[in-house]
Amino acid sequence: MTTATDTTATGHADHHHGPEKGLMRWIKTTNHKDIGTLYLWFAFTMVLIGGAMAMVIRMELFQPGLQLVDPHFFNQMTTMHGLIMVFGAIMPAFVGLGNWLIPMMVGAPDMALPRMNNWSFWILPFAGGILLSTFFMEGGAPAFGWTFYAPLSTTFAPDSTDFFIFAVHLLGFSSIMGAINIIATVLNMRAPEMKLMDMPLFVWTWLITSFLLIGAMPVLAGAVTMMLTDRNFGTAFFDATGGGDPVMFQHIFWFFGHPEVYIMILPAFGVVSHIIPTFARKPLFGYSSMVYATASIAFLSYIVWAHHMFLTGMPVAGELYFMYATMMIAVPTGVKVFNWIATMWKGSMTFETPMLWAISFVFLFTIGGFSGLMLGIAPADIQYHDTYFVVAHFHYVLVTGALWSIIAATFYWLPKWTGKMYNEGLAKVHFWWAVISVNVLFFPQHFLGLAGMPRRIPDYALQFADFNMISSIGGFAFGASFILFTYIIIDAIRNGEPATKRPWEGAKGLEWTLDPKAEYHSFNKPPSRKLIEQESQNS
Amino acid sequence: MKRLTTLLSTLVGLMSTNVFAEYGLNMTEGVTSISRDIYDLHMLIFWICVAIAVLVFGAMFYSVFAHRKSKGAVAAQFHESTKAELLWTVIPIIILVLMAIPASRVLIDLEDTSKADMTIKITGHQWKWQYDYPTEGISFISNLAQSSKDSVNDDSNKPENYLLEVDKHLVLPVDTSIRFLITSNDVIHNWWVPDFGVKQDANPGFINDAWAQIDEIGTYRGQCAELCGKDHGFMPIVVDVVSKADYAKWVTNQQAIAKAAADSANKTWSKSELMAQGESVYNTNCASCHKKDGSGMPPIFPAMKASPVANGAPADHIGLVLHGKGGMPTFKMLGDADLAAVITYERNAFGNTGSVVQPSDVKSAR
Ligand code: HEC
Ligand code: HEM
Ligand SMILES: [Cu+2]
Ligand SMILES: [Cu+2]
Repeated sequence: MTTATDTTATGHADHHHGPEKGLMRWIKTTNHKDIGTLYLWFAFTMVLIGGAMAMVIRMELFQPGLQLVDPHFFNQMTTMHGLIMVFGAIMPAFVGLGNWLIPMMVGAPDMALPRMNNWSFWILPFAGGILLSTFFMEGGAPAFGWTFYAPLSTTFAPDSTDFFIFAVHLLGFSSIMGAINIIATVLNMRAPEMKLMDMPLFVWTWLITSFLLIGAMPVLAGAVTMMLTDRNFGTAFFDATGGGDPVMFQHIFWFFGHPEVYIMILPAFGVVSHIIPTFARKPLFGYSSMVYATASIAFLSYIVWAHHMFLTGMPVAGELYFMYATMMIAVPTGVKVFNWIATMWKGSMTFETPMLWAISFVFLFTIGGFSGLMLGIAPADIQYHDTYFVVAHFHYVLVTGALWSIIAATFYWLPKWTGKMYNEGLAKVHFWWAVISVNVLFFPQHFLGLAGMPRRIPDYALQFADFNMISSIGGFAFGASFILFTYIIIDAIRNGEPATKRPWEGAKGLEWTLDPKAEYHSFNKPPSRKLIEQESQNS
Repeated sequence: MKRLTTLLSTLVGLMSTNVFAEYGLNMTEGVTSISRDIYDLHMLIFWICVAIAVLVFGAMFYSVFAHRKSKGAVAAQFHESTKAELLWTVIPIIILVLMAIPASRVLIDLEDTSKADMTIKITGHQWKWQYDYPTEGISFISNLAQSSKDSVNDDSNKPENYLLEVDKHLVLPVDTSIRFLITSNDVIHNWWVPDFGVKQDANPGFINDAWAQIDEIGTYRGQCAELCGKDHGFMPIVVDVVSKADYAKWVTNQQAIAKAAADSANKTWSKSELMAQGESVYNTNCASCHKKDGSGMPPIFPAMKASPVANGAPADHIGLVLHGKGGMPTFKMLGDADLAAVITYERNAFGNTGSVVQPSDVKSAR
């Protein structure tokens, strides 16, 4: 990047000036902190929209019978809820965290490709807008599940599906550009004195995640393009009457889809690996094994996809292979959990809000890991597949996993972002409210699934009534917790006590050497070797 | 209020032990060797997970309570231990291998469909199941029962087996090794009866198989387990498992009914006969998309009222219903008489003014 670019970006020739005033600051910005903020607010909005859809779903499922919506609209709700949470909330939130934190953590002044950074963000609102606009089209929004299996998503889908395909393409562009930017930043913009094995774990996990994104998103783009041509140009990739195969769609989808679930959890592992050492006041146990475990999970995530397809009629040899490969993932995942606990062991722990979220992450994510292991056992999956047991599993890993780490990260780094502290008392109330309600919401779903309730149904038999009602009540309570969360964040930004440079006693990392509210342009001079060593997690 | 009391009693019930059976907390053991093997495997893995959880979470919570600053704990500074890392890599691998052995055995057993005594072909349709007994020459469609359809919007009056009842049960003999051939006519469905341990995708254009030998006489219920569109939640499965003698009787009886239907397709029907028969065929097969009053759900599902097809040439109407078009499924699995009746009904109900169609017209159009 030339100086000329930087000049237009900030509107000044002088780097040390602050941001432009007004709305144009946000539209034209190439500053990683501004873009990080934009991503985070976007993701937050999407959580609320996707959450509102979840409320509709839980209201309809509150008791047997159809009270609120018709089945077709119900399917639109589940589909859009899934798509928005995955592509609109979790992924952009992690990119936002990456934008804010990675340059500060590697001692770089900004992302390597700031212009592209601006573009990868600004694609998102358009993609999201296109996706949401399908609700107002004839035939309604996509109603074929976030996994959009053909031929329900091709021959039998509403016309709005072509807009869905376009939106997925845009989201894919945005993710790939974000990933390229992170790889370039970590590899080229890292402080010259910083070796790879000095990098904080959040940077490591994001670097590895970026390679997953670059490998997986083009496959998704391929899948939706084949759908597009099947729908509009007479091809028959997924249509048996034309010599195609609908099961091939599932192979392609899950070849993207399984890496995708790790895209949503690896950065979470990174976040937790920062918070636990801080509040245990003890170095991370096994820094290098954490790095290797992350890399092996990423590799394995490419070779287990068909564990989502045990019932499609795969040959036994295939089922055996995918069962064994899936079980293997439990090993590096276990290594991570053991390392976190070994980090807490004999520490000197305090339980500020970020730590509460991190500890409950370890506990609840591991529950999701256990159910994942059970699902991976191919014969048992016959009874679990496509039931509420699966719904419970992936909400334990995604909500109390991925989302939990995002909330933990928000409380942990908010002082550095805003220069203000949040209200610790209220934040603790919020934590307990959320952690209790989320379990009331999702734990009974294990029972529902085992008792035989299929997923993606708007109405159910009478024996499922009690647990559904409990789950819905938990859902409403969990939904309401976001009102408090919003209040705490806005209150902190507006009225928070000023923060210190290093608000957490045991925190390590280059970001904590910056001003209480990180300067608009940080690390214009790269940090020294001495500083890097002092702040390294691998010491 | 009533719901609230049941809710409270559930919460109380959760604390007592015999609640397991009542509220269905766990997987069913089922009535086939496969379902029992799966159940055992499920319980084995479950208890292994519980044991690991007790150790891991025990250590974590012990640490949370014992190693806190407020208790004066001073942080140790140890980290990195190759020995520990090796230990917690190797031990899980051993446990996983021990889990994989029984899992592989069950998997290989249940995929072996070579030992079947009889075959049933199952075809998924949006949103009903078709059952064919190839050797016996029996074929029928199984729809969600009218009692369930009627009470979807009526919360005060839910029938027993709400959403788990159909108009025609699949009938199978006990103690017989049965092979299921499963396919679909439109989108992907999944035929699942938990008590049999059988759950298999029904893929359009391909045939999957599964097998079961059912040990106990009884009625077993299941549901479609793959999102298949609007009424995915409304296409249950009900199987009556009967003694071999009762099964033989049922087969003879069904064959007689099929013969009578074939005979009636050869006669000429009066318009009122066709309309009466047609209304019931329409309500079971067509009303889910075109609505009972013929208003449809435009733009996806066109109205029958004033439809150009229903008021146009009979050949086009017959052709469309026989072969389907886009989202409109084929109905060639219905008998000639039923098809003639439903087409006549569509052409003359809802204020339409089409002609009468006879079974022989349908027969020659096939
Ligand atoms: C799964 C939903 C579904 C069911 C069930 C269904 N239809 Fe249809 N039907 C459709 C759709 C979709 C169309 C529009 C097809 C097109 O033009 O692409 C349609 C079109 C038609 C038309 C032409 C209407 C017009 O004006 O173009 C007729 C006639 C018809 N269906 C008859 C029937 C009959 C008879 C049955 C029951 C035996 C039936 N349909 C059941 C979905 C359904
Ligand atoms: C211990 C590691 C894990 C294992 C062994 C595992 C295994 C599985 C299996 C076998 C399924 C398919 C179930 C079925 O459809 O029958 C599944 C579903 C799913 N998993 Fe995991 N999983 C693990 C961790 C994760 C993580 C970390 C995430 C994301 C953060 C995740 C997200 C999902 C999602 C979203 C689904 C549902 C997909 C769908 O809609 O069908 N899983 N998992
Ligand atoms: Cu997977
Ligand atoms: Cu279905």
